[in-house]
Amino acid sequence: MAIPKPGSDHWLVRPGTIRGIWAVSLGVLALTVLGDLVVEHHPHFGIDGSFGFGAWFGFASCVVLIVFSKTLGAILKRADDYYDR
Amino acid sequence: MTAEIIIPPGLLLIAGGLALPLLAHAGRVAAILALPLIALALVWMLPEGPAFAVDYFGYEIIPVRADALSRLFATVFLVMAFAGGLFALNQERVCELAAAFVYAGSAVGVVFAGDLITVFIFWEVMAIASTVVIWSAGAGAYRAGQRYVVVHLFGGVLLMAGIAGEVALTGSVAFDAMDANSYARWLILAGFLINAGAPPLSAWLPDAYPQASWSGTVFLSAFTTKTAVYVLLRGFPGTEILIYVGLYMVFYGIVYAILENDMRRILAYSIINQVGFMVCGVGLGSEMALNGAASHAFAHILYKALLLMSAGSVLLMTGKRKCTDLGGLFRTMPITAACGIIGALSISAFPLTSGFVSKSMISQGAADAHLMVVWLALAAASAGVFLHAGIKFPWFVFFQTDSGMRPDEPPRNMRIAMYIMCAFCIGLGVYPDPLYAMLPYKVDFVPYTGAHVVFQLQLLLFSGLAFFLMLGMLQRTLTITLDFDWFWRGLGRALASEFGGRSARAWVAFAEQSYLAANRLVGTLYQHHGPGGRLARTWPTGAMAFWTTVLLGAYLIAYYV
Repeated sequence: MAIPKPGSDHWLVRPGTIRGIWAVSLGVLALTVLGDLVVEHHPHFGIDGSFGFGAWFGFASCVVLIVFSKTLGAILKRADDYYDR
Repeated sequence: MTAEIIIPPGLLLIAGGLALPLLAHAGRVAAILALPLIALALVWMLPEGPAFAVDYFGYEIIPVRADALSRLFATVFLVMAFAGGLFALNQERVCELAAAFVYAGSAVGVVFAGDLITVFIFWEVMAIASTVVIWSAGAGAYRAGQRYVVVHLFGGVLLMAGIAGEVALTGSVAFDAMDANSYARWLILAGFLINAGAPPLSAWLPDAYPQASWSGTVFLSAFTTKTAVYVLLRGFPGTEILIYVGLYMVFYGIVYAILENDMRRILAYSIINQVGFMVCGVGLGSEMALNGAASHAFAHILYKALLLMSAGSVLLMTGKRKCTDLGGLFRTMPITAACGIIGALSISAFPLTSGFVSKSMISQGAADAHLMVVWLALAAASAGVFLHAGIKFPWFVFFQTDSGMRPDEPPRNMRIAMYIMCAFCIGLGVYPDPLYAMLPYKVDFVPYTGAHVVFQLQLLLFSGLAFFLMLGMLQRTLTITLDFDWFWRGLGRALASEFGGRSARAWVAFAEQSYLAANRLVGTLYQHHGPGGRLARTWPTGAMAFWTTVLLGAYLIAYYV
């Protein structure tokens, strides 16, 4: 692939495309949640039968994981030549 | 025993690997591509059960014993050896490929071992061969390889001690399912777990694997940890502690991968994460969970190899390994990017990929056992996998901010190796029946139900949303994260610098004190014996005569008295 001319970057990274990707993605996200209305879940524990369980549980898990990681990182991160000095 | 000759498939690969450096280029290419396929044919020609037994000092050694579980692992090991060999054809260091074949062969040897002594022998060959693979990368990998081999030889010592204890307690070297009910068996379990990347020694994996060459890491990712999963499946199914060891590994892998900057170290952490799912499945111990662990190992080897091939291609073509140096490569490496994305979707267990049909069996095992906390933790971890490997790896390597680099695609053989792995990842995801047919237990599981697909899509896509909403917190920094390996890499030096400083100060103080004490002593001597000292004065002769007279007088008086 040729090196793009100045000012005309790859179509995938133009602001318009990115806005489009966000719009489509949010639409897909909404569809997956609405999918709960169509399919019949067989919850094992109760909590996994709540509406949009995968959605809110997945989102919340990731937020917790990221925040926990950052907190741990604040304590345990070192410059990447730490062991070479 | 039949009259037909049994050729152990592992030994064929080991012998072939040792012969590789002797062959000319064309012969070597032919051998690299043919040996794994011949060995694969041998695997499927092996009779069910022990093929033959040898008496060794009264112990029954069974070098080759085939059943569904061992065939499953041997098959994927050999597919991996073939694809890895194809990928590594351009590797100029022949030593690396030779070691990789010995490594693969000994892994196959372990999965066909019918007794603990055979397991141990191949276990150690595997440790040595994999260390040679790491060292083949050159001087930069030397110290990491040294740390790697020390940990594995320590694991081997635990295993040997356990086997010796087992023989002393039971008189048998048979390798079958056992309860962890004696110190000997706990030692065996510990030896196995070290190779699985379990805490607290897990740091050997992210420390050493990313130091191997662009092709070496592909081999390393496949054999050591998955052989450990095999021996756990064979030896310790249903050992409850493995559930919690597995869960720890799952979250350890995610958290460290989130903080990591080196692209191949991200994938190394995610190996521990994925092996954690399998170890958890082994701990759950039901047929569903064991099938899940076995099939997940099979799927994992293929998609992890694909991910590391993609990363290896980037490393070969750009010479860069840190996310902070990479980005925007999709423009000129679209094939590598697409293959990396397929691997990333598979590891995330996206519907229509191999991870989906295998990992969900482990979760189902937890649900069947009514372990809500375990099930929720596995679901949260599945979301976390998409976060740390599924999006993070492709995003920071191929997209994000443009690094300005415009590297070419890798050579054709490397692309073909990636296509083969892509075909497996998607093929098994769309049509899992052949995989299910190879599993040790009968499969009573339907992966594609509407509820399951919707749940998985919600879980993964909303993790993706969390990733992009929190991108600011995930930006890469030029850092590493301390791990347990600090205790053998940093502690000694910290102590040395701490005590080094203190002892230096103490030495200075001691030297000063000694100097002062010596000075005082010399001063005292000088005072008494120096030129002006009382004891050094010259006395007149008269005084001598006087004192002699006094003494003689005193003697005379004493005589008469």
